[in-house]
Amino acid sequence: MKSDSKLEKVLSEGKFGVTCELGPPQHADPDNISKKAEHLKGNADAVNITDNQTAIVRMSSIAASKLAIDAGLEPVAQMVCRDRNRIAMQSDILGAAALGIKNILLLSGDHQTFGNHPEASNVYDLDSINLIQMVKNMRDEKIFQSGDPIKEHEPRMFIGAVENPFADPFEFRVARLAKKANAGADFIQTQCIFDMNRFKEWMKMVVDRGIHERLYILAGITPVRSHKALVYMNKNVAGITVPEELIKRMEDADEPKEEGVKVAIEQIQEIQAIEGVAGLHLMPIGWESITSVIMEKTGLLPRP
Amino acid sequence: MIVGDRKPLEEILESIKDFKKILLLGCGGCVTICFSGGEKAAGLLASQISIARKDAGNPIEIDEATPTRVCEHEFIDELKDKIDSVDAVLSLSCGVGVQTLAEQYEDKIIIPALNTTFMGYPVEHAVWEERCAGCGDCVLGWTGGLCPISRCAKKLLNGPCGGSVDGVCEVDSEKECIWHSIYDRLKRIGKLENLEKVRDPKDWRTSTNAGQRKSEFKEAQL
Ligand code: SF4
Ligand code: SF4
Repeated sequence: MKSDSKLEKVLSEGKFGVTCELGPPQHADPDNISKKAEHLKGNADAVNITDNQTAIVRMSSIAASKLAIDAGLEPVAQMVCRDRNRIAMQSDILGAAALGIKNILLLSGDHQTFGNHPEASNVYDLDSINLIQMVKNMRDEKIFQSGDPIKEHEPRMFIGAVENPFADPFEFRVARLAKKANAGADFIQTQCIFDMNRFKEWMKMVVDRGIHERLYILAGITPVRSHKALVYMNKNVAGITVPEELIKRMEDADEPKEEGVKVAIEQIQEIQAIEGVAGLHLMPIGWESITSVIMEKTGLLPRP
Repeated sequence: MIVGDRKPLEEILESIKDFKKILLLGCGGCVTICFSGGEKAAGLLASQISIARKDAGNPIEIDEATPTRVCEHEFIDELKDKIDSVDAVLSLSCGVGVQTLAEQYEDKIIIPALNTTFMGYPVEHAVWEERCAGCGDCVLGWTGGLCPISRCAKKLLNGPCGGSVDGVCEVDSEKECIWHSIYDRLKRIGKLENLEKVRDPKDWRTSTNAGQRKSEFKEAQL
């Protein structure tokens, strides 16, 4: 075991892991986190706490992760390259470890032009792959990015990263995943999957190169309440493609919410059958309350 | 070449509102080629300012000149008499030219009329695109001659990010994803292996992060 993470334990025992997501509020109320945590407790092995996602200012991911621990969750603190240089990143990693955070998800981050401070300067001192390597070296080599030793209490993080099987150039996406494995990622959460055929094609390439044996792949599933959400994502979110049949199925449904749950359950069953998929990353955007329903119906409860 | 866009007329008028006599400088270098700051641009701006000030009942006297390059002392030496006789100098040169003036004419007010934007070249007639951010440690050798520092919105060294779709950048659907182009180009020249290795973080000391940079060519020094 590289860390004390429960998520790592579940995955390393070969059990199907489950993570989900909690977005910190745009204010300073700690109860907001504990309330949201109620929907998630017992339903996942660990919960991503997003880092100013879509470049909108929110409560700090690390602070919210600590509140999540207090509320009984195991957080996966997210950290993006947009807002911090290598000094701030390493300082935050030390701080996160000191607060008992054991999982960290490292990503380049949504560009600031998407958010509510488009006039901000971005940082991108390191890119996500550099950041993965840095956190791995802090843990395994006990060194800072500068090469200076971490004399004691090195931060022992279970290191996550993301990959988008639907981005381009398609052929290079698997090579890039391999780069993340080489850099030191222990697990991967994928972009939400709607185009199951393309995901399967990608997973086959991953398995052919044996990358699934070097890191755990958690497939991203997003339940939706209406076809509108699908149309929106298809049109506006770079790197998400939604097949027409799925949009039509949701549009034609008499009870779209129930249909949305059904679709998600089918998708989860499908990913469970794909070779190389080690777990599920469930992201019901704005519909956290459905988590337990879906988890119950897929038979993934109780969590180990 | 250095590319710039002329500042909006209102901003220029505001910046010279207290002066009765100015010297308006064009520059015969880069900004002449990109139309924004040459002799013609200076002539146009001079008449716009004159008309606006006359209409406002506050006429202004404008002298004009367009040296070969504003960014070299020898070319602005000869402007001494003109500069001495005005309240302020309004310059359509790039920021380097404006600073050359400020350094040489220490007691004079020097005002920019141009927003210096980037180093680039014309991709078609009268359209310029950025190509270099002067990072001081060029990576073009392994990226197939395409710059991810000036052309990727996240300056990635291990791109492309997850938002790259159909060759387009997630940040702006009008922009190419340079990392997609780097991939295509390396594929074409049989060098895809350049992308396999994890590239170490950049040392930004060679860029703008350690303050002003200096470049010397010893052999040519007097
Ligand atoms: S890598 Fe640096 S020096 Fe080379 S073109 Fe890009 S910004 Fe300019
Ligand atoms: S889409 Fe391409 S150019 Fe745009 S930020 Fe991502 S890697 Fe850079």
